[in-house]
Amino acid sequence: MSLEPETLKTLIRAAAEQVIASAPQLTALDQAIGDGDHGANMKRGFEAVLGKLDMIGMQPLDEAFKTIGKTLVMTVGGASGPLYGSFFLAVGDALRSKRLPDDLADVFGCGVGAVSARGRSQAGEKTMLDVLYPVLETLKAEASRPDLIERVRATASESVARTVPMQATKGRASFLGARSIGHIDPGAQSSCVLLHAVCDTLEAQQ
Amino acid sequence: MNDTVGIVIVSHSPDIAKGTADMVRQMVGSEVKVAFCGGNPEGGLGTNVALIIDAINSAWSPRGVAVLVDLGGAETNSEMAVEMLQPERRNLVVVCNAPIVEGAVMAATEAAGGSSLEQVRAVAEELSAG
Repeated sequence: MSLEPETLKTLIRAAAEQVIASAPQLTALDQAIGDGDHGANMKRGFEAVLGKLDMIGMQPLDEAFKTIGKTLVMTVGGASGPLYGSFFLAVGDALRSKRLPDDLADVFGCGVGAVSARGRSQAGEKTMLDVLYPVLETLKAEASRPDLIERVRATASESVARTVPMQATKGRASFLGARSIGHIDPGAQSSCVLLHAVCDTLEAQQ
Repeated sequence: MNDTVGIVIVSHSPDIAKGTADMVRQMVGSEVKVAFCGGNPEGGLGTNVALIIDAINSAWSPRGVAVLVDLGGAETNSEMAVEMLQPERRNLVVVCNAPIVEGAVMAATEAAGGSSLEQVRAVAEELSAG
């Protein structure tokens, strides 16, 4: 997997378009256990990223990820802004010294670590981390498999489903206590949408 | 006036942010710098990192700034805003774990007496210690 500027733009465009298309679904999930703004917030953030796509495509890879992160931080308007923003900012930082595709798991891990630190959250608390951590494990354990993309996609889907029986202990959903059980976590779902968009695009380019 | 800790109020709702600031001014007077912001970048309910940065800079004092927030995103976005300040200001801003209205009034009252940033924060956070 190489990451030429055109590839990066294609990936970002696909991810943004999928998130924007999923906004009604994300909002519906967030209305069940949050405050109902996740879809609109993510849509606003990724529309802003799309607006900077040409500029992002001209930047070195580390700067490109930082621009995405900063744009999300400044435009999302909910807690997901700093959380997703921190992911992309940390990935940008990591890419100053690490290289793709060899260091993919390392780089992704830096992003996941930043989300955990920002949200003061761990796995098992019914958040986006319950998708990001399992995907990180797949990237680490199965990096050399020819079907890595398929494994990542499956891990993301399975991980979203596993948030259903979890009880939220972080974020707005934690106010609901046991009533948060039985619903998909909206942040886990938006992470899955982004990861699927990246997987589908990479696969189409192979 | 520059000798007191500044107070910043960050709510999802511009009305709550303004109303809280009004209460602080009425109860504490104008000797403490108070800034507030609320609403997402489109003006709906939410918070906006750029506005939070502006509010912190406008309430700036060399003694530091205490930020009072309402719900989750206001806290996360405020922490993000602090990290995006000029480096020399970052360590002089605290986000308080306190109820927004009571915390702002208590923090401003404490600040008006000339207390340090840590004292201001401690008084606000006593409210959530239960």
